[in-house]
Amino acid sequence: MRHLKAINKKAQRIDDYVSSADEDVVALQGPQASRPHVPMGCSLVFSPGWEVDSAGGTAGLCQPVERDLYDCYITCFWPAQVPDHLNNYPDWAGKCAVATKDWKNIDLVFP
Amino acid sequence: MTPAVQATYKPGEFHAFEGGGQQFLYLVPSGGIFAVDFAAAVVLECLEKGESSVEEIIAAGAKRGFDREAMEEAIFELNGSHAIAPADQPWKTLLQEPTGKFPLQTLVINITNQCNLSCEYCYEYGEDKVATPEGKPKFMDWDTARQSVDYLFTESAGRRAVHITFFGGETLMNFPLIKQVVAYAKEKAQTEGRYIDFSLTTNATLLTPTIIEYLSENQVGVTVSMDGAKEQHDQLRVFANGKGSYDIIEPKVRELLKSHKTRPIAARVTMTNRAMDVMKTYRHLKEELGFWEVGFAPVTTSPDRLYAINEPGMDRVLEQFRELAKEYLEYALRGEHHGFSNVSDTLAELHQGVSKSHPCGAGLGLMGVGPSGDLAPCHRFVDSDVHALGHISTGIDLAKQADFLGRGHINTKYDCHTCFARPLCAGGCHHEAFVRYGDTGHANLHYCDWIRGWTDTCLHIYGEIAAKNPKFLEHFAERKAA
Repeated sequence: MRHLKAINKKAQRIDDYVSSADEDVVALQGPQASRPHVPMGCSLVFSPGWEVDSAGGTAGLCQPVERDLYDCYITCFWPAQVPDHLNNYPDWAGKCAVATKDWKNIDLVFP
Repeated sequence: MTPAVQATYKPGEFHAFEGGGQQFLYLVPSGGIFAVDFAAAVVLECLEKGESSVEEIIAAGAKRGFDREAMEEAIFELNGSHAIAPADQPWKTLLQEPTGKFPLQTLVINITNQCNLSCEYCYEYGEDKVATPEGKPKFMDWDTARQSVDYLFTESAGRRAVHITFFGGETLMNFPLIKQVVAYAKEKAQTEGRYIDFSLTTNATLLTPTIIEYLSENQVGVTVSMDGAKEQHDQLRVFANGKGSYDIIEPKVRELLKSHKTRPIAARVTMTNRAMDVMKTYRHLKEELGFWEVGFAPVTTSPDRLYAINEPGMDRVLEQFRELAKEYLEYALRGEHHGFSNVSDTLAELHQGVSKSHPCGAGLGLMGVGPSGDLAPCHRFVDSDVHALGHISTGIDLAKQADFLGRGHINTKYDCHTCFARPLCAGGCHHEAFVRYGDTGHANLHYCDWIRGWTDTCLHIYGEIAAKNPKFLEHFAERKAA
């Protein structure tokens, strides 16, 4: 809140309650302003990809999709989005040992 | 985002106060304390005389340089905190009833109803006594004490920490039982993986170096009933022959304060019309004798007793309280401890933002048990047949407990429903209410103005500290154990 400043502990609880009704809900996130933003989706791990918005970055995407692609490949194969690593491109992610460090090594695929 | 606002608003229930140049609201009944900025202050100003439309409020804001968005935001925040409300919304001011069974936290064990002093104002033996000790044991026996400890542990299921307070009569007249109880309860706590601590109240006449050493070693908290320097103390705290007890206890108290360092030692002052010099009493007890803290309470009495403090007298007491509270504030702003516990206890509750359904934990998280094993709402009702809530051997009489708690609940005290001090006071002491009005559930209407005056003083101090030295409030972060 901007016009009332919580001083005691009860006021802090009231503030949390009132603020939760006021602030935007980001994606499917619950109203917990103080916690880090963890987008809901099929992936909770760092899974970089290459979708971009009209400006060439990821800021305008409704979900931070860079988290999705690699995970689609690792845990839930989704052929429309990722290379077919079972038959045709078994080494697609071969140079990516640790996704958080090596995601740039994931190559494009030209079927 | 500009939140949606209604068309017309009315003021909610709050007490506005100032501290350190900042304006604050004490919200009722929630107990929340907020600092308000100028835009919010303009909203409240518009509603001072009653209802006001949003457009009127926005116009008033525009005159002070606030745009529509700022004013709507301020309205939204004040409404969300219930400092204001839409004009057509009915108020919901009733507090929740306690749900289900409330676990015990503190047991006050009256290990004897005997005392070696004959203080005229004593609520156990004086003219306003509620106790009916005839035919009952004068000293608690080991069997009853052991059952009491067992009762505390059983009835406090789910709590990690429990507390035993020894009370009397004069507790040290049954010192051997204290030692037995402490040993037994400690062992039991250890077996169950729980934490227990002990405290007692004494008139200090029977303190010896051995007893002091024991109390220190076992970390037993000690409160000494003492009314001030000799002149004040000896007015009413006398032996049966009328001789004052000051000269006997003074060296013993000094020894206690010198040797017992494991817990802070407090003095508890009963104020009467013969002993009401707050400053002098505080200086003596805190500075000359060296108590860690000193708490004052006006004597509980019918209004016509010779030692009762009349209304002008209570005004004088409040004046002196305010003077000493000012000193507390100076200390707090320097980050130093001050021993006026009436202030620190109130600040602790304000900091938590308590909103009480009952004035205290009596009959809820706290029970008293008498030498006979009778259970009572607290130590002040022990040994009274009328107020007994059961027996240690058979447990609590749930119907009687429900009746006591039902009558004592703030929702039934209609006089309190328009008072801003009710989150803290909740109608005041059940025992005092019984002595004055013959009903534990009656609001203590004889000290309403006093309580409001004192609450306002403490709110002002709280605000000053919040504005100038907020770090000091961290002392009150942990809820004080009952």
